[in-house]
Amino acid sequence: MSGAAALEADTGRTAARPLAQRLVGALWRALPVIVVCIAWQLAPTIGVINPDALPPLSAVVTAWWGLMTDGSLVSNGMTSLYEVVVGLGLSIIVGVGSGVLMAWYAPVEAIVSPLMKSLYPMPKSALIPVMILWFGLGPNSKIASIFAGCLLPVVLSSYNGARGVDQTLIWSALGLGASRRRVLWEVVIPAALPEIMAGIRNALAISFILMVAAEFLVGQHGIGYLISFLGDGGVYDAMFAGVLTVSAFGFLADRVYLLFMNRMLRWRE
Amino acid sequence: MAGISFREVRHTYRPPRGKPVLALEGVSLDVPDREFLALLGPSGCGKSTLLYLLGGFIPVEGGAITVGGKPVDGPSPDRGIVFQHFALFPWKTVRENILYGLEKQGMAKPEREKRAQEFVELVHLKGFEDSYPSQLSGGMRQRVAIARTLAVEPEILLMDEPFGALDAQTRALMHEELLAIMRRAPKTVVFVTHDVREAVYLADRVAVMSARPGRIKEIVDTKFKSNARGEELLQTREFADKVDHLWKLVRDEAIRAQGTRE
Repeated sequence: MSGAAALEADTGRTAARPLAQRLVGALWRALPVIVVCIAWQLAPTIGVINPDALPPLSAVVTAWWGLMTDGSLVSNGMTSLYEVVVGLGLSIIVGVGSGVLMAWYAPVEAIVSPLMKSLYPMPKSALIPVMILWFGLGPNSKIASIFAGCLLPVVLSSYNGARGVDQTLIWSALGLGASRRRVLWEVVIPAALPEIMAGIRNALAISFILMVAAEFLVGQHGIGYLISFLGDGGVYDAMFAGVLTVSAFGFLADRVYLLFMNRMLRWRE
Repeated sequence: MAGISFREVRHTYRPPRGKPVLALEGVSLDVPDREFLALLGPSGCGKSTLLYLLGGFIPVEGGAITVGGKPVDGPSPDRGIVFQHFALFPWKTVRENILYGLEKQGMAKPEREKRAQEFVELVHLKGFEDSYPSQLSGGMRQRVAIARTLAVEPEILLMDEPFGALDAQTRALMHEELLAIMRRAPKTVVFVTHDVREAVYLADRVAVMSARPGRIKEIVDTKFKSNARGEELLQTREFADKVDHLWKLVRDEAIRAQGTRE
């Protein structure tokens, strides 16, 4: 009880902190970003950096607004989003399934494990040309590249998570009358969820890398394509706008995923 | 009827790396229906292994274990187990943990909700039904585990050093609660511990196991003539003598166990 009371007193103090003080705190945390933005604006304007190599921030923002209003950022962004969702989604379904089964059934491990180990050191972007060969220049080769790159971290985290499940948890469920198959669904997967979700977070970051890389190579649509197209055309302020957009996109996706993950795992200490 | 019989049980522990170790050899023991038996021995003597064999969690490879005349063949809700580190499902609340076994029994929803609530109250956790295990103290977690196991009404209760992870005060309280629950609904209990006083205090009989390979070294009757209970019993001469006798047996084995380790 005293612990709970102390906790309450503590949160009470935080809540009571004046608004002004909290604003100052937020400002301090944002300071490095603000400084970089100011430097970005000033350096090309006063001629420290060639504006062709780094257009001033204001020009980039203007170009971004142009790309937004002419719809090219939205339509290319939707293409990229679609590729990431499908590629990553497939890798989660296949990866969690095979990782958990590897941990649970020795024969599956015997077959899958050597394959996984030999694929592990391979740079996944090397697969992009192979995928183009197999799936052509449409979105499928990009989806396949994302899938292939994301699969391994998901499989490995699921495998490690499922293998690390406390034996006594499984025994408890069996002792309470659960079948082995039910134990897999009801105990092994939920118990492995913290590791599985951490693996998916890595895969999410990888999916953005591969999305952009694949779109550089397969030029038809997508935000990576837009960036390389604008770069090739010498429209550098717009190119930078594309780069900033995809970074913000990745950052946001990670934050949203983190919120979802903490919600799913709210039972943790 | 839930009498337990071990006949010439042997077990070899095969670590993933390294040499196999003979963990149990020639273990024969009978536990009559509704007896509270403590398995006492130094760490590494195989007493937990013996309990897991009885639970059906690991296969019997030598000798025979029967419950009510039938050989043990895999886990069963008739033999409920409580582990030292609680083994609660951390993603389930107190209520959901207790409900799990009842769902597996195929009990209808209103009935199992009612039963779960009864067992929440039995272990004095009213008000904590919707807490997650991570929000509870060690003693409370173990009470949830006990409630989860007892809710499916097993005939036999297996306990693997259930109070070993608790502080001394909590442990003493848990002893009283366990004894009270057993007085209300007696069961056959096999209780693994390395704590001599705990064994003497709780059990009707104490089976002392030898150092590896584990055998039953001696069985000591620990029912008391004295009517003293609780704290009072702990003060009696009779209690002190039993503890003393068992302590010497276990100490010899503990020393031997030290000697046989590398």
